[in-house]
Amino acid sequence: MSMSISKEEVIGVEKSKIKGKGVVISEYGLQFYVLISICIGVMVLTVLLVNITLNGIDRLNANLFFNYASSNVNEAGMRAAILGSLYTVVFAIAIALPLGIATGLYLNEYGGNNIVTRLIYSTLTNLAGIPSVIFGLVALSFLSYNLGLGRSIIVGSIALAFLVLPLITVTTIESARMVPATHRLAAYALGARKYQVVFKVVLPQIIPTALTSSILALSRAMGEAAPILVISGLIFVRRDPLSLFDEFTVMPLQIYNWVSRPQQAFIELSAAGIIVLLIILLTLNVLAIYLRNRLQRRIVE
Amino acid sequence: MVMSKGAEKARGKGDREDEKNKLIFSNTNTILLDIIVRYSLLVAALLTTLAIIIIAYSLISESWSFFLHIPMDKFLFGDRWAAFFDDKSFGVLPLLAGTVLTTAVALSLAIPIGIGSAIFLSEYASSSLRRIVKPILEILAGIPTVVYGYFALYFITPNLQSFIPDLATYNALAAGLAMGVMIIPTIASLSEDAFYAVPQSLKAAGYALGARKSTVVMRIIIPYTLSAIVAIVILGIGRAVGETMIVTIAAGLKPTLTLNPFESVMTMTSAIAQAATGDAPRGTIEYTSLFAVALYLFVIVAILNLLSSYLKKRWEIKV
Repeated sequence: MSMSISKEEVIGVEKSKIKGKGVVISEYGLQFYVLISICIGVMVLTVLLVNITLNGIDRLNANLFFNYASSNVNEAGMRAAILGSLYTVVFAIAIALPLGIATGLYLNEYGGNNIVTRLIYSTLTNLAGIPSVIFGLVALSFLSYNLGLGRSIIVGSIALAFLVLPLITVTTIESARMVPATHRLAAYALGARKYQVVFKVVLPQIIPTALTSSILALSRAMGEAAPILVISGLIFVRRDPLSLFDEFTVMPLQIYNWVSRPQQAFIELSAAGIIVLLIILLTLNVLAIYLRNRLQRRIVE
Repeated sequence: MVMSKGAEKARGKGDREDEKNKLIFSNTNTILLDIIVRYSLLVAALLTTLAIIIIAYSLISESWSFFLHIPMDKFLFGDRWAAFFDDKSFGVLPLLAGTVLTTAVALSLAIPIGIGSAIFLSEYASSSLRRIVKPILEILAGIPTVVYGYFALYFITPNLQSFIPDLATYNALAAGLAMGVMIIPTIASLSEDAFYAVPQSLKAAGYALGARKSTVVMRIIIPYTLSAIVAIVILGIGRAVGETMIVTIAAGLKPTLTLNPFESVMTMTSAIAQAATGDAPRGTIEYTSLFAVALYLFVIVAILNLLSSYLKKRWEIKV
């Protein structure tokens, strides 16, 4: 009659209800599995960085930055590729950032649950899923040939811009959602029109995230080789790009060129090129994190 | 008299308030501006839709001129791809086999490791450990694909060859493994987000019944997030199918109709990339064949995306 339940009964319940059926894995088994999983990721990163550093460190010298591509491995550098990357990527962000912010603001501030909004949302998810090499192929066909822009920097920039557009748009939407409704209501109470709310209340508050996401987009675009490979071809550039309509090459492409050569010296050179590329990308990422923390603090103040 | 004076005063004050507000929100032509801003933002947003339309149009129109020369069944079911030989043949099956093979290798690494990492991060790691481990995974996600290609060709392959002697120098296995490493962070961070969304009450109920952590993970968290996990895996498949540089560098650029991962293969993406490095002058059949391959790829990826977003929607409704 007592309300107390014996220990055996509790264990019995546990055994019948919880261990009854399905996959059973022991506690230590699961711990071992998840630990191995996380270690593999960390280990691969370490091995990759060490391997590339050891292979490339000897070839890491000033030639790499100041010389043009050459068939003589001791003189070969990637000056044209570094400049090409810089122009292409900066111009791509100059297109993608305003476009991405405008799209994000429209979707969050104006778009209700209508057919246009849903159409734009579904294009964004589709755009994000399209393989980058297809962006290159379409840019080559439509921009280079049909519009006559040639296999030039501007075509590469536009392709990369649409490649990173979903990233910038989604972060804009997310940060615009974080702006408190009271801020908007306060502005409306003062007689503001919608565009004034959007530009004077919402936009200033999403600038830090926009800046961070644009730097992340910059580093993503800088690492892309496939679309640029299709657009520019694997050409030998031995001069600085002068205008947006010049032919060009980019860093990952120069590295690919060296990787695919049979001589050991060029393979080492490609490792050195990878070191330069990774240092630039890492710097960009650290900068993004620093800016985000700094600007966010200022807005809170 | 007194009353009206007061009212006048009040009106005057109101006007001054308006003046002040005008400084913040100036009222000249605001209705027009409001409309202009609204529609210019809409136009910007619709540019993304225009981009998709242009992509589909380009792929379809160039493929159209390809299919005028090559019948579609010879393309879809042909078992030999030789776009640059004198004896041309445009059967896409070898490329499809290469894509399927490298994707399968990549996912058989990335799914277990990615989900294991996510369980570790969401259930086992302390917050300080997570602050160290998560950025490492993020770095892994940010590494350019040419770097993974280099790693596959000059690190993974030589090491595998030491215990698989008949492994080709360029092979699907190493490329697939490198691709798997590339996808691990995506699967890990998305699954982690899904695991966090499991209601605390469900987990607490499990623990209250005396369940161990492993039981809560296997019986509550995994079943609850199953449709999200499937959506994430499909997303991973989409990324693997579209990956270009790793397979171009390390898988061999040799169209082979095989499912043996030790052999050299060419994927749909690397066929496109290879044609770009060689010459496929505009208007030739080699050039248009690339668009047919790209269109096929586009359709596969679009179906995967649809499937993934359908599953995600189901999952979001459940939450």
